[in-house]
Amino acid sequence: MSKLIKGGVFAADAYAQSGDDAALPDGPVLVSLARFEKERDALLARNTPVGVLLQSDQSPEKLGEDVTRLSLIALDFPKFRDGRAFSWARMLRTRLGFKGEIRAVGDFLYDQINYQHRVGFDAWVVPDSFRLEDFSRALGEMTNVYQPSADGKKTIRELRAGLKH
Amino acid sequence: MAHPAATGPQMLTANCLRQGDVLYWKAGGWVRDFAQGEILSDPATATAALDAAQKFVTDNRVVAPYLFEVREQNGKIRPVKEREIVRAAGPSIRTDLGKQAAPETKHV
Amino acid sequence: MYRYDEFDAQFVAERVAQFRGQVARRLSGELTEDQFKPLRLMNGLYLQLHAYMLRVAVPYGTLSSKQMRMLAHIARKYDKGYGHFTTRQNIQYNWPKLVDVPDLLDDLASVEMHAIQTSGNCVRNVTADHFAGAAKDEIEDPRPLAEIIRQWSSLHPEFVFLARKFKIAVGGDKTDRAALQWHDMAVEIVRNAQGSIGYKVIAGGGMGRIPYIAHVMKEFVEREDILAYLEAVLRVYNQDSRRDNIHKQRIKILINTIGPEEFRRRAQREFDEIKENGSLQLPPEELARITAYFAPPEFEKLPDEMPKGDEAFANWVKTNVHAHRAPGYAIATITLKSIGAVPGDASADQMDALADLMDRYGLGEIRVSHEQNLVLPHVRQKDLPAIHARLGALDLATPNAGLITDIIACPGLDYCDLANARSIPIAQDIARKFADLDRQHEIGELKIKISGCINACGHHHAGHIGILGVDKKGVEFYQLQLGGSGAEDASIGDILGPAFGEHEIADAVERVVDVYLQERAPGERFLDTYRRVGLAMFKTAAYEKPIFEKTVA
Repeated sequence: MSKLIKGGVFAADAYAQSGDDAALPDGPVLVSLARFEKERDALLARNTPVGVLLQSDQSPEKLGEDVTRLSLIALDFPKFRDGRAFSWARMLRTRLGFKGEIRAVGDFLYDQINYQHRVGFDAWVVPDSFRLEDFSRALGEMTNVYQPSADGKKTIRELRAGLKH
Repeated sequence: MAHPAATGPQMLTANCLRQGDVLYWKAGGWVRDFAQGEILSDPATATAALDAAQKFVTDNRVVAPYLFEVREQNGKIRPVKEREIVRAAGPSIRTDLGKQAAPETKHV
Repeated sequence: MYRYDEFDAQFVAERVAQFRGQVARRLSGELTEDQFKPLRLMNGLYLQLHAYMLRVAVPYGTLSSKQMRMLAHIARKYDKGYGHFTTRQNIQYNWPKLVDVPDLLDDLASVEMHAIQTSGNCVRNVTADHFAGAAKDEIEDPRPLAEIIRQWSSLHPEFVFLARKFKIAVGGDKTDRAALQWHDMAVEIVRNAQGSIGYKVIAGGGMGRIPYIAHVMKEFVEREDILAYLEAVLRVYNQDSRRDNIHKQRIKILINTIGPEEFRRRAQREFDEIKENGSLQLPPEELARITAYFAPPEFEKLPDEMPKGDEAFANWVKTNVHAHRAPGYAIATITLKSIGAVPGDASADQMDALADLMDRYGLGEIRVSHEQNLVLPHVRQKDLPAIHARLGALDLATPNAGLITDIIACPGLDYCDLANARSIPIAQDIARKFADLDRQHEIGELKIKISGCINACGHHHAGHIGILGVDKKGVEFYQLQLGGSGAEDASIGDILGPAFGEHEIADAVERVVDVYLQERAPGERFLDTYRRVGLAMFKTAAYEKPIFEKTVA
């Protein structure tokens, strides 16, 4: 079983994940890209939040303009070694201007959480055994960063320049 | 690399998690010296040993146990593959290093 | 050279603390080996044939004497008294214990060193010309840019789980001593038609199973745009590389599959966006600030005058001493290739003695070359006899830089979990066979490179003579390649034919060399003759003697 981290705490998942052929539940729903492409109009007409689950080989650009209509995009890590979703999250936050929830699902290591956070993830589906202190620790282990990313965190270069003034 | 070979005698090896050095299975435990290692003469015995070794993995004592073929040569048991020969002895170009320099017989 | 400020120091210290926590979690079982492996790899820690192996980063191959002393200390305290200098300018220790590695990393941190990203599917150590800052014809020292790239790529959140490893090199001279065209990505410092300095970016080179020479991505990138362009290339690679077949996941495969033109188009799109966003622009003040760390030392005003010495000294100068940009100075190469020794290895005692030498004669600096040798970049010509004498006492004065016995060999099956065959004994056999110095000089420049497996860490594809160890039914065999080059005239070696047995390969090399001596035109190196006459004659000579298939006795 698993649970959701959102806003830095364990949170109830507002979304129900719906398989490609299952009947859509009421309320917020998370569907595959294939289903979204097939039933887009119906889904968006429902007036409840819609989320799309992207596989690691599915660029968010496939969503086109609809990105702004979605409240949730879940990015799958089929195997923690598959790091494509780091680029997809960054793309969502920067090029596509996505402001909704970007959720990490699948197989990822606690050590990846900090990197995920930097590139724009703000929610994580973790195993039941996962402790919140591990999440906080993961985010706090490295105080500073050398390069800019989607989180807009000040880089060491900027901090250095700041010290001069 | 954890699948048993089809036929013939085998031995079981792993690395010590903490120290990193090479271990050989013997009588439900591990020794550091190849010559002391247990010969697993048939596939059933080999599989049983490999299964028993998993406890040491889950207990975080050893890493990556696997079976490898051995054979008798001039009255001595030797690994079949060059890789295992080197692994049992040490670097061939530094005979002052590795097990060939100071083989131990302690159990882990 | 670069000096850490409090940010760099904190970064490395926190990284060690993080790893210390990960090791504790591994030992307690909170992390399984499968979960721990990528974490330890990104801290340079492998599990090899006999033990763990730690690869310590030596950024662009530059070391201070203080760092060299620490490397010696680590060899003694945590290892078995020696280290191995690698084909990516790093140093490897073959026997550390997992439980000791956090303390070892703390010791490294105390001298501004680390093992971050020396393994794993991320950007690896950024390498550069080992003559940087000293070579006569250098356009610009490549190391400031290499340092900037190092910082930018350190724990880059988007690029720490790439499809495969990613190797970057920087060059600042028309003579390519950094094997740029063999890298995943490389930057060559160039002047445009107006005389301005900028950067030529190439990508898609690589060794391994299927060798490739890099393609030009952009002929001229403006200085301030360089990080934006490098990030663009990495982004396309991370997004578009396949992830289903580990043997097809280097950037060289992606570029050659979609074609360089399509890859350039995709990179350009990313680049335009990154540049417009602005956060990765490299301000001239920042480039100047980093460049200042690498300012040339205060050279004395000295006449350009090579001292005389005995025959041994003269022989050493012939191959191991190169011209320096400052009059009265020289670049001295210390080959870690004495006849019969293990290529690239140095003992703790040698390292300590070298540190003293660096302080006394070398302005405190040494370089690690990708040819498993060391270089004192700034020595006074008049000190060369004393340096040579001191090196001689340390068995570090072998006068063979660039000659046939200056062989590159990966650790091979003697150490490496991935290897199919041993490479070091082959290097030793060949070195012993050609030990005679007159014969070596007669042969001239001949770069032999030996790899123990298809991963090509010995860079055999770039050898004038390349040797690849293979496993045929559990027996070690060696395949011969001719005509490779890692210089600006980069080329992939041609496979000669069926592999030779371990007792035959050195003889086969000798027969091939004899063909060269017989066929060469005046002034031709081995490589030149090979390129002119082609494979056929060499092949015939190599296989003159039948190969006996060794039976598994």
